[in-house]
Amino acid sequence: MNLRAVGAIYKFEMARTWRTILQSIVSPVVSTSLYFVVFGAAIGSRISEVQGVSYGTFIVPGLVMLSVLTQSIANASFGIYFPKFIGTIYEILSAPISHFEIVLGYVGAAATKSIVLGLIILATAGLFVPLHIQHPVWMLTFLVLTAITFSLFGFIIGIWADGFEKLQMIPMLVVTPLTFLGGSFYSVNMLPPTWHTIALLNPVVYLISGFRWSFYEIADVRVEISVAMTLGFLVICMSIIWWIFKTGYRLKH
Amino acid sequence: MAPVISVSGLSKTYASGFTSLNNIHLEIARGEIFALLGPNGAGKTTLISIICGIVNASSGQVAVGGHDINADYRAARALIGLVPQELHTDSFESVWATVSFSRGLFGKPKNPALIEKILKDLSLWDKKDAKIITLSGGMKRRVMIAKALSHEPQVLFLDEPTAGVDVELRKGMWDVVRELKAAGVTIILTTHYIEEAEEMADRVGVINKGEIVLVEDKAKLMQKLGRKRLSLHLQQRIDAIPEALAPYHLTLSEDGWRLAYDYDTKGDRTGITSLLGDLRAAGIRFVDLETKQSSLEDIFVSLVRQ
Repeated sequence: MNLRAVGAIYKFEMARTWRTILQSIVSPVVSTSLYFVVFGAAIGSRISEVQGVSYGTFIVPGLVMLSVLTQSIANASFGIYFPKFIGTIYEILSAPISHFEIVLGYVGAAATKSIVLGLIILATAGLFVPLHIQHPVWMLTFLVLTAITFSLFGFIIGIWADGFEKLQMIPMLVVTPLTFLGGSFYSVNMLPPTWHTIALLNPVVYLISGFRWSFYEIADVRVEISVAMTLGFLVICMSIIWWIFKTGYRLKH
Repeated sequence: MAPVISVSGLSKTYASGFTSLNNIHLEIARGEIFALLGPNGAGKTTLISIICGIVNASSGQVAVGGHDINADYRAARALIGLVPQELHTDSFESVWATVSFSRGLFGKPKNPALIEKILKDLSLWDKKDAKIITLSGGMKRRVMIAKALSHEPQVLFLDEPTAGVDVELRKGMWDVVRELKAAGVTIILTTHYIEEAEEMADRVGVINKGEIVLVEDKAKLMQKLGRKRLSLHLQQRIDAIPEALAPYHLTLSEDGWRLAYDYDTKGDRTGITSLLGDLRAAGIRFVDLETKQSSLEDIFVSLVRQ
């Protein structure tokens, strides 16, 4: 295994984070803080408890997951798309490095950034609402699994995109709506029966539900199903990436 | 000695149906400078890209240092340094960071002394902390070379390395290439500057429409295919070439003071002796004469026109 190459890609991507710290870290933290101010303090004070938890506290896992999902996709998709766009991908493709190692470098860096960001947002949330985490190991497991899975998904988008519009299209038109409708700000059990059934088709519901369970032991679906769905999406993403490298799709002519 | 690069039956047809390479067979000897010449779209860059792993071949085999580029890609690619034709650089990285990154990608441990030497050799040392976006085109080209050299390759591909580079810098790059050759590095050079191939190469390959038209030792090629031109500076100007000299297909300069005669150095008879006799018979005297060998450019143009 070419660990030095993995390290080189990883460090390169992490260095980009520090160069663009306002965009990478500060901006999502400010956005999430605004969510807490608006939904937690302003509107949340007028909403009664949800499943025995104050509304401000209830939305914390959903908000963390919202940032982790969007940032994982954004970081990983941009990370691989930009070398394609400016042409420096030639260096990656011609280096003695396996496909797995390329993915490890890019996805590892993207996931690291998302996890760090998720933890920062969690700490920020602690400034607004009282926090208690019932299952910290499971919380970290869900956080890491989700960051890796959606970084893989972002990597796929970055390979698929042949323009900046496409790079933004899936995150803006698919992922963000699914996240908002996936129970970030409410329990899907609050929905009418028909919408509840439709909501269960949204994979993000399972991620947020499992993550919220690790905090408060309250969930919209059984935690085992959440874990299975997360792992299932992980396997699907890995399979697609395996196919991309096997065929050279949008990487090699 | 086994060739350092061996290409056998290599073909490439793109999804559009365009065949860029057609059954290429080529061997590059260790330590030589091989110039690959060809017009735009001939397949030079595709060939290099396949060898380096950037483009997938449709069929055929390629081995670098005896390692198949697919089955044993790590060993094959570890031997190769590539300077692509386009200036692909990370604009916001420093020169030092980007060159060090390239070394890491090839799995080599940090070696600041080597990076320093490379940057100094390429006159980039005073720019080591500069962001690439601030560099001139020539400097960016040298950064590309520094990146390719950072992992100490045994085979270096230079795809149009001096395109857009001024004459002084070009000569500086030639010096670097000579030093690399002296150090045992095999260099494959594609260029539009024929004089570059003429100056640098040990062997020349000409590719046209995806096929290798010719591979030959440069000196032998120029000797074998080269034509010579005999120029005669006349004692008195003439208005037209006498009819008696028509068989020689002479060319008269516009001012009427010079006659040129092209002849084949391979031929048993060059025709010079009889030409000089016929000139005397026609009353044409000359005060000076010179001969000039055809350049590689002339040979290249005649080959791709065939």
